[in-house]
Amino acid sequence: MKTMLKNLAVGAVAALGLASLSPVAKAEDPIRIGSFLSVTGPAAFLGDPELKTLELYVHQLNENGGLLGREVQLVHYDDSGDASKARTFVTRLLRQDKVDLIIGGSTTGATMAAVPVIEQARVPFISLAGAETISTPVKKWVFKMPQSDRQAARRVLTDMRERGLTRIGLISGTGGFGASGRNVTLEEAKAMGIEVVADETYNPKDTDVTAQLTRIRNTDGVQAVLNFDFGQGPAIVTKNYKQLGIELPFYQSHGVASDSFLKLAGDAANGLRLPATALLVADTIPDSDPQHGVVTGYKKAYEDRYNSSVSTFGGYAYDGFQLAVQAIKQAGSTDPAKVRDALESIQGYVGVTGTYNLSAKDHMGLSYDSFRILEVKDGHWTLVE
Amino acid sequence: MFSEFFQFTFSGITLGAIYALVALGFTLIYNASHVINFAQGEFLMIGGMGTVVLVGTGLPLPAAMVGALVLATVAGILLHRLAIAPARDADVVTLIIITIGASIFLRGLAQFFWGKEYHALPRFSATESLSIGGATLLTQSLWILGIAVVLVVALAMFFSRSKLGKAILATSMNKDAARLAGIKTQVILGVAFGISALLGAAAGLIVTPITFTAYDVGIMLGLKGFVAAAIGGLGSSTGAVVGGLLLGLSEAYTAGYISSDYKDAVPFVIILAILFFLPNGLFGSRAAERV
Repeated sequence: MKTMLKNLAVGAVAALGLASLSPVAKAEDPIRIGSFLSVTGPAAFLGDPELKTLELYVHQLNENGGLLGREVQLVHYDDSGDASKARTFVTRLLRQDKVDLIIGGSTTGATMAAVPVIEQARVPFISLAGAETISTPVKKWVFKMPQSDRQAARRVLTDMRERGLTRIGLISGTGGFGASGRNVTLEEAKAMGIEVVADETYNPKDTDVTAQLTRIRNTDGVQAVLNFDFGQGPAIVTKNYKQLGIELPFYQSHGVASDSFLKLAGDAANGLRLPATALLVADTIPDSDPQHGVVTGYKKAYEDRYNSSVSTFGGYAYDGFQLAVQAIKQAGSTDPAKVRDALESIQGYVGVTGTYNLSAKDHMGLSYDSFRILEVKDGHWTLVE
Repeated sequence: MFSEFFQFTFSGITLGAIYALVALGFTLIYNASHVINFAQGEFLMIGGMGTVVLVGTGLPLPAAMVGALVLATVAGILLHRLAIAPARDADVVTLIIITIGASIFLRGLAQFFWGKEYHALPRFSATESLSIGGATLLTQSLWILGIAVVLVVALAMFFSRSKLGKAILATSMNKDAARLAGIKTQVILGVAFGISALLGAAAGLIVTPITFTAYDVGIMLGLKGFVAAAIGGLGSSTGAVVGGLLLGLSEAYTAGYISSDYKDAVPFVIILAILFFLPNGLFGSRAAERV
C-alpha cells in the first residue's frame, strides 16, 4: 500500500513537472472551450442536447484540422441545474482549466450566477439561456443565443393583429417561465394596442384547468386565447380547450415548441399556432429559405449521430459554437479581448435559431421575426406564410 | 349561468376523483401501522411510468398495465422488507421519515432509468367527453370515480370479512396482542405495503390519461392525496373519497368563481377549518386513547 502511494506521488510530481516544462509546445496548445451545462437534474432537457451538440461539432471540427491549425478541446462540467454549482464550475474553468472562451449556462439561474465571475475574469461567454436580463443591459463579455420571451410574445401578438384579433384571453402557469411570459405579454399587448380581456393562471402541476378556460370563454368579446408556459401544463390546457369545444384561435408560446408536446397533447393540438425556430420544420422548410441549408444540415448531423430528434435547445449550442469558431477565426487568435470584439462585430450569421446581427448595443442579435409562426396540422408542425 | 356551474362541478369531480383514488392508497398502510406512507405517490408513478416503459418495449397495453402493477407490488413489498422492517422498533415518526427517504430514492431511480420526459396513455373509453347541460365531463373521470367506489366497497369488505384484513386491523390496534394471537405482524405489514402499492399503481394507471405521467408526478398527486385522506379522516376509505371530492370541488369553484390565483389557498383554509373542529377528519374514528 505504502509503495503504491509513493509511486502515485512520484507519478504525480513527474506529471506536474512535465506540464510546466513544456512551454515549447505553446503554439500547438489546444484551444480550450469551457462549458457548464445542466446535463442532469430538472433542466436536463436543455443541457443534454446542448452538450451532445457541442461534442458533435468539436469532434467534427477536429476531424477537419481544428481551428487556426490547433486542436479544439471541450472542457465540460455538469451543473445539474444548480446555480451555485454553476458558479463553482465557472471559477474552475477560468482559474484551473484556463479556458479561452465559455459556452454554457442552460438555465437563466446558472447563467446569472456565472456572469459576475466571468465579467471579472474578462473571458468571452456565450449563454444558452433565455431570460432578457442576460443581455439587457448589455454586459461587456456576455452574449446570448436564444430569443427572449418578450420577442415570442411580440411575435404571437403580431400574428394575432394580422388576423384582426385584438381582444385576447391569456392563461399562464404560475412558475417562473409562465409568470415572466405573462408580464411581457401584458406589456407588449399594451404597446401594440391589443387588449387582454381575460387573464387566468394555473399551478404548473395542475391536472385540470377547465374552470379557468370556462371563465375565459365566457368573457365578453374575447377573440383568441394565448397560453404562456412550458412543460406538461400547456398540454393539459390544450386538451381541456378541445374538451370544452372552444372555437377561438388558440396560441401557445415557444416554451412547448417540441415534438414531445405534440405527442402529449395528441389530436387536441390540431389548429393551434405558436412561435418557434425554423429547426422544428426542417423537413418541410422551402429550399429558398435562407435557413434551409443550416437547419437541415444540423438536423441530419445530430440525428445520424445520436439517434434522437433535434431540439431547439441543441440549436442554441450549435449557433453558440459556430459563432465562437467564427469569432476566433476572425480574431486570428484566442486573445480574449480580440475574440470578444470579433463576436460583437458578427453580422448576418445565419444559424439554426435565426440570423444573428450582433453589435455593441445588442449581444443577442436576433429580431422577433426570427421566430416563425407554426400551425399544427394533422399532428405535424407546418409553417404559416 | 347553469352551464358554467355544471362545468366547474365537472371540473371539480375530475380533480376530486383523482385525489380520492390517491387518498385510498394511504388508508391501507395507515390502518396497518399508523404510518403515513409518503412513498405512496411514487407507487402511482410506477403504475403510470411502468406501463409507458413496458409499452415502449413492445408489449401490448393490457400486458404492460399488468406488468406495471406487478412491478409496483414488488416495489411495495421490497420497500417494507428493506427499509421499514429493519427499523421495526422505531417509532412511527421515524418510519414516516423513512418513507420520505424511500420516495426520493424511487424518484431518483425512475429519473435515471426511465428518463425525465412526460408521457401520456390512451383513455379507456372511445368517447372522450360527454356533454351535459352545456358542460363537458370527461369519460375518464367517470372511470376514476367508478373504480374509486368499487375500491371503497372492496376495502370495506376486506377489512370486515377477510381474515387477512382483520389481521391487519388487529396489528394496527395492538401489535403485541396480535402477535400473541398468532399473527405474524411483520408479514402482515409486508402484505399491507404490497397491496397498498398495488392500489397506488392502479390509481396511477387510471389517472394518467388525464394527468400525464413522469418520474416526479408522485410529488403533487401524493401530496393532494394525503390532504384528501386527512380531510376524510386517515384510515377511513369513505372519508378518502369524500375528502378527495371536497378538495377537488373547492379548487374548481375557487378557480371558477373567485380567482385562479387563490385556487390553492382556499382548499387549505378549508382543511385548517375542518381539522380545527374535527381533528380526526370527517370520518376518522373518535376512539379515545386509553391511558
